[in-house]
Amino acid sequence: MGEITVEESNKNSGKNDRLEVLKTYKMYIDGKFPRTESARYYQPVVNESSLGNVCLASRKDVRNAVVAARSAQAGWSRRTAYNRAQILYRIAEMLEGRSQQFSDELVRQGLDVETAESQVSESIDRLIYYAGWCDKYQQVFSAVNPVASSHFNFSTLEPVGVVFTVASRDCPLLGLVSLIAPVIASGNTCVVLASEKCPLSAVTFAEVLATSDVPEGVVNILTGRIEELKEHFSRHLDVNAIACDGLESGLITEIKEFASENIKRVKIYHQDWSNESAANPYLIQDFCEVKTTWHPIEQISESGASY
Amino acid sequence: MTQKNNNWNLSPAPESTGHISLKKHYGVFIAGEFRTPEHGNRFPSVNPSTGEVLAEITESSLEEVDQAVAAARAAYTAEWSKMGGKERGKYLYRLARMLQEKSREFAVIESLDGGKPIRESRDVDVPLAAAHLFYYAGWADKLSYAFPNRIPRPLGVAGQIIPWNFPLLMAAWKIAPALATGNTVVLKPAETTSLTALKLAELIQEAGFPPGVVNVVTGHGNVGASIVNHDDVDKVAFTGSTEVGKMIQKAIAGTSKRCTLELGGKAANIVFDDAAVDQAVEGIVNGIYFNQGHVCCAGSRLFVQESIHDELIEKLKRRMGTLIVGDPMDKNTDVGAINSQQQLATIEQYIEVGKQEGAEFYQPDCELPKVGFWCRPTLFTDVAQSNRIAQEEIFGPVLAVQTFRTIAEVIKKANNTPYGLSAGVWTDKGSKIFNMTSQMKAGVVWANTYNLFDPTSPFGGFKESGFGREGGLHGLSAYLEI
Repeated sequence: MGEITVEESNKNSGKNDRLEVLKTYKMYIDGKFPRTESARYYQPVVNESSLGNVCLASRKDVRNAVVAARSAQAGWSRRTAYNRAQILYRIAEMLEGRSQQFSDELVRQGLDVETAESQVSESIDRLIYYAGWCDKYQQVFSAVNPVASSHFNFSTLEPVGVVFTVASRDCPLLGLVSLIAPVIASGNTCVVLASEKCPLSAVTFAEVLATSDVPEGVVNILTGRIEELKEHFSRHLDVNAIACDGLESGLITEIKEFASENIKRVKIYHQDWSNESAANPYLIQDFCEVKTTWHPIEQISESGASY
Repeated sequence: MTQKNNNWNLSPAPESTGHISLKKHYGVFIAGEFRTPEHGNRFPSVNPSTGEVLAEITESSLEEVDQAVAAARAAYTAEWSKMGGKERGKYLYRLARMLQEKSREFAVIESLDGGKPIRESRDVDVPLAAAHLFYYAGWADKLSYAFPNRIPRPLGVAGQIIPWNFPLLMAAWKIAPALATGNTVVLKPAETTSLTALKLAELIQEAGFPPGVVNVVTGHGNVGASIVNHDDVDKVAFTGSTEVGKMIQKAIAGTSKRCTLELGGKAANIVFDDAAVDQAVEGIVNGIYFNQGHVCCAGSRLFVQESIHDELIEKLKRRMGTLIVGDPMDKNTDVGAINSQQQLATIEQYIEVGKQEGAEFYQPDCELPKVGFWCRPTLFTDVAQSNRIAQEEIFGPVLAVQTFRTIAEVIKKANNTPYGLSAGVWTDKGSKIFNMTSQMKAGVVWANTYNLFDPTSPFGGFKESGFGREGGLHGLSAYLEI
């Protein structure tokens, strides 16, 4: 396919005697596809041609998305692990069915065909990988603790809550999926800031999510500029954690400083997401809290069980 | 109504303060030796129940912090990180045993220096400190079993800053997992309670640890800040206020330092109408008056189901009337001295605020000693969710009582706080317990019990109560690259 620009597609359509219908790239908040409330746009450019008019999210969009994520969090975390697994698997199914579209779009955003196709396949497989973890990580990371008193004591993982995710800039689909999947697997909800320079895959992925039984608000996707939004999400008091991929150190420092205002958990990744080891349950654990529960065990003499 | 039963007055049973050894002046512990810096800056460590000066403590300068970090780095590089886990573990086992051998001395000094009842130092602080060392000693050669599919590696030099409410216990909580995982330590105890950390340093010396594996620098907050900001510190572990925790998180934002924070709390202790009320009353008292309420996980917000409110409060007041407030060295004492004059002023200010905000105030009319810092067990009923005494951490023996009717209501109220360290629930119904414990946003949840700690049991908070866990398998990851 090669890169298709608006101008070229107009030319192509001339050949076929048909004007191509261009897609409006909107955001994804609370299960709906709104434009930014600010009505602003930007034009990401790849290989000197514009990818189109993309929403430039505002502070208000961030706040709306966090409200949606918070509202969805209790319900999503109360789903059974089995149900979350099935929904993650369903996302993979939907992505598989549209793999050509994602591959074409990755090529438009500057990847070569071979890389684009392999990243789509790996994204599908990654979703299936984490679908499998939904009802297993708890058994790997939980513990029954042998306290030195007559109590039953156990520690389990609980989702941290609302996670703001800054998606990979250079790995627009696989990087995105590789963070969203472990974040939501345990019952967190998230607001994702798509790659600023390659935002198309994230927007199209929202269409996959919208048709995959993912409850509204569990994943919210914004497009825009991190420089403009960094303060708004890292200072937001209803965000519990931040996941950042591949940012430069100055930006990370600023985000972490803002995040200290309500003790947000900040996780920084510099991953090659095409590496298999970049997928592991420790990423799920990164966005979980350990909860320890105590309860007395009644001690009645001569009531010990025996064979 | 409530009245003091004079027949219950017990004869004094003071623990002897003989057979303890305290120096007049303590230097800092660096590279296996006590050093007295040339600048000679010192401050007194005061017994809060008598005002008597127990010893002079060194106010460390940047110089001493530098030396301590350098000693820790040298010990890490040359010896400790290379030593086999089995050997590391044996050092910790040895330390645990020696602490048990000297448990009485440590308990007496802890109560003299911090004001907590000797019964608590003797039965809680010191045995638990030894148990922590013993527990983590055993992990040292088993780390690869803790993290499936990973090869864990130590971080390097850990800077550890601990509070004044459980001085020795917090030192053990910090040192044990750090050393077991192959890190070396620079520890700073709180300025009002440095003595048992310095005594622990003597024990580390006596146990023959390689010099520099543990270093202790003493002083005020600026010494802690120098540790946090030191370039050669790889990990910061802090227990203390949420306010300082935020400053630390911000200070290290531009570095690759790892961090765990165990901060404040405002725990909800929830009693349902089907609870065993007498047991619940004991749990409430233990939850808020244990250690004078100087406990980050104290059950400082009590939620009582409306139908049993009057009965429970009456029983609670009666029980409060039997609490013995006074000499920490007396084995009958339930509530000891407030840790410092400054903390007493904070608590008294909150009590004034509670009265002004319209909550109903109650204190038993027990006698207080003439000198020292004291606060009677305090109860506020008719507290509103928006009252400051229901929102802010007081860190004293002050309980704020609210009522509720439904589970949905109490969950909402209990979780409506920036904190999330601990919580309690009292009910006889199993399914209700699981409903409550799974919905409460807190790192430690006690059901039909309160304020229990164990080295095998992870401890730490949600939300603004900090991050990371101490204790158990989960406490290891705070000191490892995995």
